Amino acid sequence: MTGYRDMWQALGLDLGAHSALLEALGKGYQDIYLSQRNRPQGMSYFDFVMKEVHGLRIRELLDEKKAGHKIIGSFCVFVPEEIVRAVDSTLVGLCTGAEFATEEVEELLPRNTCPLIKSAFGFKLGKACPYIEASDMIVGENTCDGKKKSYEVLRDLVRKMYIMDIPQVKSDGGRALLKAEYLRFKETMEQFTGISIDADRLRKGIEIVNNKRKALHRLSGLRRANPVPISGLDALLINQVYFYDDPKRFTDSVNGICDELETRIERGEGVFPRSTPRVLLTGCPMAIPNWKIPHIIETAGAVIVGEESCVGERGVRNLTDGSGETVEELMEAIVERYFKVDCAIFTPNPDRLEHILEMYEAYRADGVIHYCLQFCQPYLMESMPVERALEDRGIPTLRIETDYSLEDIGQLKTRIEAFLELIL
Amino acid sequence: MYFAGIDIGSRTIELVILDGEEIVLTRQADAGVDPISRARAILRDVDYDQIIATGYGRHLFESSFDAPTVTEIRAHATGACALFPGVHTILDIGGQDSKAIAVNDAGRVTKFEMNDRCAAGTGKFLEIMANTLGYRLDEFGLGALEAKKDIRISNMCTVFAESEVTSLLARGEDRQDIALALHWSVVRKTIGMLRRVSVREPIVFVGGVALNPCLHLLLEKALEKDIIVPEDPQIVGAYGAALLAKKTAISASTIL
Repeated sequence: MTGYRDMWQALGLDLGAHSALLEALGKGYQDIYLSQRNRPQGMSYFDFVMKEVHGLRIRELLDEKKAGHKIIGSFCVFVPEEIVRAVDSTLVGLCTGAEFATEEVEELLPRNTCPLIKSAFGFKLGKACPYIEASDMIVGENTCDGKKKSYEVLRDLVRKMYIMDIPQVKSDGGRALLKAEYLRFKETMEQFTGISIDADRLRKGIEIVNNKRKALHRLSGLRRANPVPISGLDALLINQVYFYDDPKRFTDSVNGICDELETRIERGEGVFPRSTPRVLLTGCPMAIPNWKIPHIIETAGAVIVGEESCVGERGVRNLTDGSGETVEELMEAIVERYFKVDCAIFTPNPDRLEHILEMYEAYRADGVIHYCLQFCQPYLMESMPVERALEDRGIPTLRIETDYSLEDIGQLKTRIEAFLELIL
Repeated sequence: MYFAGIDIGSRTIELVILDGEEIVLTRQADAGVDPISRARAILRDVDYDQIIATGYGRHLFESSFDAPTVTEIRAHATGACALFPGVHTILDIGGQDSKAIAVNDAGRVTKFEMNDRCAAGTGKFLEIMANTLGYRLDEFGLGALEAKKDIRISNMCTVFAESEVTSLLARGEDRQDIALALHWSVVRKTIGMLRRVSVREPIVFVGGVALNPCLHLLLEKALEKDIIVPEDPQIVGAYGAALLAKKTAISASTIL
């Protein structure tokens, strides 16, 4: 990727640190992804995306900027992509999935901060995320305490920071808050781009984003088959690339791989034998390159059949109704859609348990692994009642709390293998 | 036919050989820094038809010896259930891990908890603390039983606890009283882990730390329940692995 040196330099990246990062990422990808067997051919597109994740894709974004479009960076699925699309701008997920420049981060944030937040700061301080550097505006959202307070610090480190308030209760008042915030965001985006959003623009934005989601729905539906036609790791990667790739190209690529998987299912082919235990993952989001737990699970002899996560079904489960005639109706539909997201920042949050149970049945899982990032209070707090509720229904459940380091791999392997022995 | 189970832990390696149902050989060695050479040495001149490895070093063994593995959790559950039919709860505290395992009437594991990456509450913690107080590991529990006074140690972290011990010594506290306080701190952590899983009797305590009489006594006192410690608590994992080796060999021969 030496061909991108000038581009990275112009973005202000630390070339030494960045190339060390890419090297580690490439090696991790080789060991975890390319070593898998029976991968669908369609994954070669996603291999290419990963190879070019800091290269070609960044060049495309910079070309969009040159053409007058805006790049909006975000850390959360509550930032409505439909509105960003409606002003011909592109929403990208920012790097949060690996430890980076931890010592520098701990000068600004307490040590016991969740690894996802620390990672976001690490990539910024270590000058290693071309996405954050290419972003014209970064949208932070008041979800968990860690994020909302850390944005007060991040604000001074980036070019333009916008903070969106998010309700914590699913009440009429909460909904009104979300609506007010989405209207304010819409106005901000209109001013920022000089484009006024009409119904056609908004409908078009809704359609583009819905198509991405529909392609992922199709993919998850195919994972119900036994044997499973695609590994959990590959499916996770597709869900991760959702946040980076050009939406139309992404949609076509996912549909392409689904065609291939349908043929596999017809022939009774799978990535693992029919008797492989099926695991549903639930919990915190897994950003690239956080593949630690799925890798352990799938090399221990199980297959992941679904992710109840923001990088997974929680993030894309619902479509936005695009049938409205007016901007008001369409904005109402957007609010309706996002207000259903069952993030653990809501209290109470009974829908999440319902969805875990629903997915457990739908994907014919044999057990549930609840995954939490260390110091992620909302999901850690929910993990115990979720575990109890699942076990009361006779569903084997394993609770895991970990971070991005590799120190605890031995113990995690033992726990995951023992869990698989228990469900076999 | 001979069946072997080998438990490669962080501190020790145990080998059990079965002739049918009967234990005909047990061996133990320090794991040292090169556990695979130690495992090779312990297996020298031993005959077996099938072997299964368990313990922290099982995957190393798997790649060097091309042998199947099971986790310590299943191995200990299998071993403890064979020694004490009807057991419902198993506590295993070894060199760097502690585990609480619930077993149903059919002898199947239904739930388990394990310490995370930190060695608090494990054999390693006790070893370091014994050292700090000038006890040999095998005298540490007995020393603690001679305590006259209750002190409370609040730190579970090995590093912090060590400095707490140093300041207690500087304050003039007796070492047996500090020893007891350290045992209580391990017991409190262990009880929390057990309660999340099960404290249904019968309860069996295995692993190297089960040899510590003070810990055994304090656990019984805190739970107000009897806890069984097998005659040789360190071989239960290897014994369970040997039993599973037998099962594997038999099911393979029925397929043939």
